[in-house]
Amino acid sequence: MKFFYLIWRSLMRRKFRAAFTFGCIVVSFVLFSYLTIVTTAFTLGVDFAGANRLWLYDKVSIIQFVPVAYLNDILKTPGVEAATDCTWFGGSYQDKPNQFAVFATDLDEYLKLYPEFKVPPDELKAALADRQGAIVGRDTATRYGWKIGDRIPLKADIWMPATGITWYFNLDAIYDASAEVDKTQFLFRYDYFDENRKAGKGNVSWYVIKLSDPSQAAAVAAALDDHFANSQAETKTAPEKAVIADFAKQTGNIGLMLTLILTVVFFIILIVVANTMAQSVRERTSEIGVLKTLGFSDPIVLMLVLSESVLLAVVGGWSTLALMYIFVRHGSFNMAMLPVFVFKTSSLVLGLGLALALGVLAGILPAVGAMRLKITDALRRN
Amino acid sequence: MFRWARQTLTVTILGVRTIPQRLGPSIVAVVGIAGVVVVFVSVLSIGEGFRAALVGAGSPSRAIVMRNGSESEMTSGLTGPETDIIKQAPGLAHENNVAMAAAEMYVVIDLNKRSTGTPANVPIRGIEPESLTIRPEVRVVQGRLLQFGTNEAIVGRAAVRQFEGIDLGSEYDTKQISLKIVGIFDANGSVAESEIWCDAKTLQGAYRRGNSYQSVLAKLDSPASFPAFKDWLTTNPQLNVSAHVESDYYSAQTEVMTDLIHGVGYTIAFLMGIAAVFGAILTMYTAVATRTREIATLRALGFNSWSVVVSVLGESLALAAVGGVGGGLLAYLCFNGYETATMNFQTFSQVAFAFAVTPSLLIQGLVYALVMGLVGGFFPALRAARLPIAVALREL
Repeated sequence: MKFFYLIWRSLMRRKFRAAFTFGCIVVSFVLFSYLTIVTTAFTLGVDFAGANRLWLYDKVSIIQFVPVAYLNDILKTPGVEAATDCTWFGGSYQDKPNQFAVFATDLDEYLKLYPEFKVPPDELKAALADRQGAIVGRDTATRYGWKIGDRIPLKADIWMPATGITWYFNLDAIYDASAEVDKTQFLFRYDYFDENRKAGKGNVSWYVIKLSDPSQAAAVAAALDDHFANSQAETKTAPEKAVIADFAKQTGNIGLMLTLILTVVFFIILIVVANTMAQSVRERTSEIGVLKTLGFSDPIVLMLVLSESVLLAVVGGWSTLALMYIFVRHGSFNMAMLPVFVFKTSSLVLGLGLALALGVLAGILPAVGAMRLKITDALRRN
Repeated sequence: MFRWARQTLTVTILGVRTIPQRLGPSIVAVVGIAGVVVVFVSVLSIGEGFRAALVGAGSPSRAIVMRNGSESEMTSGLTGPETDIIKQAPGLAHENNVAMAAAEMYVVIDLNKRSTGTPANVPIRGIEPESLTIRPEVRVVQGRLLQFGTNEAIVGRAAVRQFEGIDLGSEYDTKQISLKIVGIFDANGSVAESEIWCDAKTLQGAYRRGNSYQSVLAKLDSPASFPAFKDWLTTNPQLNVSAHVESDYYSAQTEVMTDLIHGVGYTIAFLMGIAAVFGAILTMYTAVATRTREIATLRALGFNSWSVVVSVLGESLALAAVGGVGGGLLAYLCFNGYETATMNFQTFSQVAFAFAVTPSLLIQGLVYALVMGLVGGFFPALRAARLPIAVALREL
């Protein structure tokens, strides 16, 4: 630590160069943060999906339907604590296909299955008492400027109502949740839906099942699929986490793309910083000679140069990451309306590690060069 | 003017010829810019490939009819009698007195994707014999055509490569649906190649859909008949449908994906571009710094400062051009034609496509590289021009 001032002065020797190298590091770590946030969004926050929930749906495809009558059988299965049906609605709002999930369900049961969704008790009471009631996530409500009491028309695409092509809902409640939970869903009542749909009555898209013991997931899933094996719709039951993870993978190998892009980015800043360090050491050849003449040992010279690049990378990288992390944690807005807008702690740790690695890798060659420098050569060279 | 141009040229050549003496920093600028161009071009080539697959599928002389309010075949639904009425619309092409229109089903089936080993929504289309006549681009390249009235199916070339369990000769068999793959077809690289095709009647039974379809695909006697065709359908009191020119229908489906790719791609390219410009600025400052005495000497000899500005910019642009061309080539070699499949959220089903590094993307990449070079060279160039000659000559 006693050399800090020396390291600092060496860095500031060419303020301009230090500033641009620093800028380069800052921009790269802003990019790193952006990429990890987008990737987390693309994996649909799978890390946060409930471990004690199962999804049951048609074996051929989730677009097929299963009868609503399955609910009783599901609830009777040992190991099942609670369950509810959900039916995908789709639809469009203001002539644009809905970019938020809309589905019909048993509102009360659904909220019990998803305790992470927080609804004020009086709003929930209003929603449960209103046949056309809907509960909407905070992000979607904010996006469209909806307030409690608003009447919301959704144009049907899959499910035609008995008359016309538009369904009407009353926004009775808004749910909130922590950052990593999807706050874009639009939920409404299954009984109202089933009574008014023109076709397909008695069919639902999937069931959400809560287990009394999460460790029994595989056994309960197998029992359910066996039970429905000979009925009109064979089923597939899987943990919610797996369903979401598989669904996210349908988009493609986002993780691989992220790795490729980050590799390129990291490589670019690595050579920028390494070049800065190499130049800086080259310019200071005679200074290093003087340091050695004064009695600085080779390892200390190595550490001095290395500390310079590590300081640059760590200060630039860590401060950027810290700012981005705090900004995303405490920002109440969600840019680009991503379903989840989080900067995972694991990504943060990865970033911090990358910054450190960058500093070491960029500084190691110039530092070794400086260490090996012979005093006579260094002082002779101009 | 001529003299000025000659001066500039001389100084620029002098600068460029001394690049080897400053190889390290110059490589930094080139690699930085090349890296940005690789990422920029390859990310955008995803969008281009996706668009090529969908846009290639549509023909302006075909129309697709769906239920009113549905944006895609997936959410549409038409009853058998409705499709019969649609087939009587005016403006349809006829062959041997048969209207060239086919009622089709469009659903998805869970099959594992080879790349991830996880289930994906693979589109499966129930077709009628006319479906094949209407789409002359579809040719069976392996095996044979399916026989209607059986559980035989043919699969698109891209689907076979992307998804498991539908190889030629294999059978997909569950209690609800049983399919026997008898052929593989080609459709000029379009989205149809991502699909499995079988008899619509077979599929209706398997999906418990009764006598219902998703859409009617119609061949018009000419693209000009579309307005009359559409009017007849939309004003018919027995129907509640919408009609789209097929090419419009498919290009509309590319919007979400293209916007997404552009949004993400441009953001990444912009941020990386800033970092690369910083790298270029450092490089060019070094170049100016190491050539301080040389530049001052030239100025003392009477070369004017503008020629020095242009020469620094010229050097920076030359490095950028090398980076731009190199990055573009690398993106082309690594990614052009790379086959993959993604989710088309409008149809909730997989689309197989190949990354397309188009000439237009390569030019965009090069232009972006030159812009980075220009910005990166600007301030160092100004500095070079403003160097006080006396001070500069004295410098070590």
